[in-house]
Amino acid sequence: MSVAVRIEAVTKLFGPFPALRGVSLEVEPAELVALLGPSGSGKTTLLRVIAGLEEQNGGRVLFDDIESHRLSLRDRRIGFVFQHYALFRHMTVADNIAYGLKARPRRERPSSEAIRQRVGQLLDLVQLTGLEKRFPGQLSGGQRQRVALARALAIEPRVLLLDEPFGALDARVRKDLRQWLRDVHRRTGHTTLFVTHDQDEALELADRVAILNDGRIEQVGTPDDVYDKPATPFVCGFLGESNRIGVELAGGQAFLGDTPIFPATHNNGRGAADLFVRPQDVRMEPPGGQGLAGVVAAVRRHGAIRRAEVAVAGLARRLDVDLPSAIVPAIGETVGLKIVRATVFGPSA
Amino acid sequence: MSDLALAQTDAPVRRSVRSEGPVARAALIGLALLFLALVLGFPLVSVFVEALRKGWDAYHEALVEPDALAAVRLTLLVAAIAVPVNVVVGLAAAWAIAKFEFRGKALLTSLIDLPFSVSPVVSGLVYVLLFGAQGLLGPWLKAHGIEIIFALPGIVLATIFVTFPFVAREVLPVMQAQGAAEEEAALMLGASGWRTFWTITLPNVKWGVLYGVLLCNARAMGEFGAVSVVSGRIRGLTTTVPLHVEILYNEYNTVAAFAVASLLALLALITLVLKTLLEWRYADELSAGAKH
Amino acid sequence: MQTAAAPRWRQPSILPGFGLALGVTLTALSLVVLIPLAGLVLKAASIGPAEFLAIARAERTVAALRLSFGASFLAALVNAGFGMLIAWVLVRYRFPGRRMVDAAVDLPFAMPTAVAGIALAAIYAPNGWIGAPLDTLGLKVAYTPLGVVVALVFIGLPFVVRTVQPVLEEIEPEVEEAAALLGADRRRTIFTVILPSVFPALATGFVMAFARAVGEYGSVIFIAGNVPMVSEIAPLLIVIRLEQFDYAGAAVVGVLMLAASFVMILLLNLLHGGLRRRLGHV
Repeated sequence: MSVAVRIEAVTKLFGPFPALRGVSLEVEPAELVALLGPSGSGKTTLLRVIAGLEEQNGGRVLFDDIESHRLSLRDRRIGFVFQHYALFRHMTVADNIAYGLKARPRRERPSSEAIRQRVGQLLDLVQLTGLEKRFPGQLSGGQRQRVALARALAIEPRVLLLDEPFGALDARVRKDLRQWLRDVHRRTGHTTLFVTHDQDEALELADRVAILNDGRIEQVGTPDDVYDKPATPFVCGFLGESNRIGVELAGGQAFLGDTPIFPATHNNGRGAADLFVRPQDVRMEPPGGQGLAGVVAAVRRHGAIRRAEVAVAGLARRLDVDLPSAIVPAIGETVGLKIVRATVFGPSA
Repeated sequence: MSDLALAQTDAPVRRSVRSEGPVARAALIGLALLFLALVLGFPLVSVFVEALRKGWDAYHEALVEPDALAAVRLTLLVAAIAVPVNVVVGLAAAWAIAKFEFRGKALLTSLIDLPFSVSPVVSGLVYVLLFGAQGLLGPWLKAHGIEIIFALPGIVLATIFVTFPFVAREVLPVMQAQGAAEEEAALMLGASGWRTFWTITLPNVKWGVLYGVLLCNARAMGEFGAVSVVSGRIRGLTTTVPLHVEILYNEYNTVAAFAVASLLALLALITLVLKTLLEWRYADELSAGAKH
Repeated sequence: MQTAAAPRWRQPSILPGFGLALGVTLTALSLVVLIPLAGLVLKAASIGPAEFLAIARAERTVAALRLSFGASFLAALVNAGFGMLIAWVLVRYRFPGRRMVDAAVDLPFAMPTAVAGIALAAIYAPNGWIGAPLDTLGLKVAYTPLGVVVALVFIGLPFVVRTVQPVLEEIEPEVEEAAALLGADRRRTIFTVILPSVFPALATGFVMAFARAVGEYGSVIFIAGNVPMVSEIAPLLIVIRLEQFDYAGAAVVGVLMLAASFVMILLLNLLHGGLRRRLGHV
């Protein structure tokens, strides 16, 4: 099978502290994969191990089925874009981009004319034509980011790795560059992994998202998969917003106290469980029904929608409920709540 | 009230709270300048005044006298050996300490700085005890006809000892501040270790190296205590410029002593000017710690 | 290629050249600094405790050490006071020529000690620019222990200024404003807010100036007069013993001074650690 990057049970220790605890992942050719996780989850460490900047304590990394240890850094041909770009500040933009080509052994080095042409093409690709004589210090953050990408692409990498590619940029530039990176990826077709702590970025850009927590991969899947079918409580709580409700599971029903609030048909376990409910998956109904009921404590604007906080007897935290525009509950009003969709993590069946 | 009005009233308030009155300020500035003039200004000026006390001809004569010229040649030779050695060792030490994590790093840094804390006389003494006629290796050296003490090798060794930390301690903080990301980027792009060093690391620390070389050179050419212990003061052979100054002064040849000393004072002034220019121009590339 | 596991005493790194760089450093350090210093300790140890003590307790040795340490202490005190003043003036006030004065503070670092020595001797001699007026007041500086202090003030000054200056620069204006808003007058602010925060730096500068002064030779011997038991500093005693080919005598004084250097390094490290704990950086 053709797998561009295969990561097998990689572990990495910093002193006694485990940064990666047995991480496995496969990346298909031309795929764009996001490594998403909170800070300290090990995502940057994983990227640096793949690049060969850190040496793993256990496990293997393979490129096109060749074990990475057999390859020198040069032969790995990895394009790496550092978080703060690591541009060579004493070199012009053109010299930065040409560096990897000029560093090749004499036999493999392109002619200086060929290098010049390649640099021109890359500048064109990253839309910086005309800036080749500038120094990194004379560029904006977004421009530096694009120089760093062009420099990494110059060596025709087999894999492109980006560490928080938009981390150092302000919000508007980030949005523009996201579109642009997606576009560049479509045109060049490089196998790409990027690290980010921003879920919007990961979900919008990536073909697949790998979610890391505490040195482990919690889930790998398409953006729709991880968002709609979270595999673990962590993913559930980390992606998007969720109400977490402690329930009792019995006979395929989730009970809050004696009230059945959600049919957990796929779970035959018994005992305490957690129900994760997104605010948009709770429907407000007239009171008096069989299910959940509560008192509206507050209504706030939340971007495009309005959101109510509903105090429910037996729950320490208020439930967040997104409101359709037609419904305007009064503060203090008693309402019924119907959970339309939820994810149950509970006693293993 | 508008923000602008707030901003305008803000400035004078800040001034008065954080500053002394004009009289106290003038008195403090005056006292500081007076002290500096007495302690630093007078000695500097007096060197040139004493040197020219008998006119330009006497000044010129003292400088072109054969022993003086020999001393200048020896001093240049010693610096020409000691400074490059210092640069190589300083860069090696800074590379090992700044770019790698290893046990004993703090100890190594302290040991490199050690010569700063040792009396120059002790720095010379250790070589006499090792290589002198009655030293540990003295008899063996004599049997093999190798001269170290009272000869060029001893002077060079003592100079390298006292200047040992100069380049390392200027380059080290600069390298540390820059981290290893640019080197990693170069290696990822396929550059070899040496290529990375020459094209990335060295250009990034070049002002730090120059700064260190400047200070190292000033100390190498001006060193007196350590060199005086190992030189033996053989006129025209093992006297460096500072030793020649001492000999002339002790012979009550004051004008000649100050004339030769004025060369060293000029060297000090040039060093100071270049050092200051480097600090103004490349402040951010020399770290704050490099100010002394 | 990096299949070989790196030794346990260092963290693996992809940067090359560690072995070469450390090798060059350790070789040079050992050959030039460590082995010769070890030779000194060895020589002093081979003398035997009885004779070692006899030399160390000899009147002339004690007098020389007392002068070196005493004069250095006085000079470092003067430097602490005026160094603090100069740093304050340079950081807080703007006046014409400030940048030049700032640069000039480093003159003692750049000026060869022998040059400073003969210049100071000339100025403070009974017929010198400063020596003559002082002479009419009956105060003799050159060729007395006081001359030693003067020379040591010259070479120690930049140490205090250059350690205090950056710390003064870093005091946030808001701290003083806060003190003022809480009702402190200017003097109270200076003594309760500013001085305490620069004190560790001032102490560090003091010890550095002191350490440098104890070992100083070139700038002192011309102005000191070098009368045994009166104005003879310890480094000069080493030189004299060597000229008499009394290696044992030289080695004993040398080892005592080396020991003093180590104590000073230790003290500076402690001060630095204290500074770091209190300020969270430096």
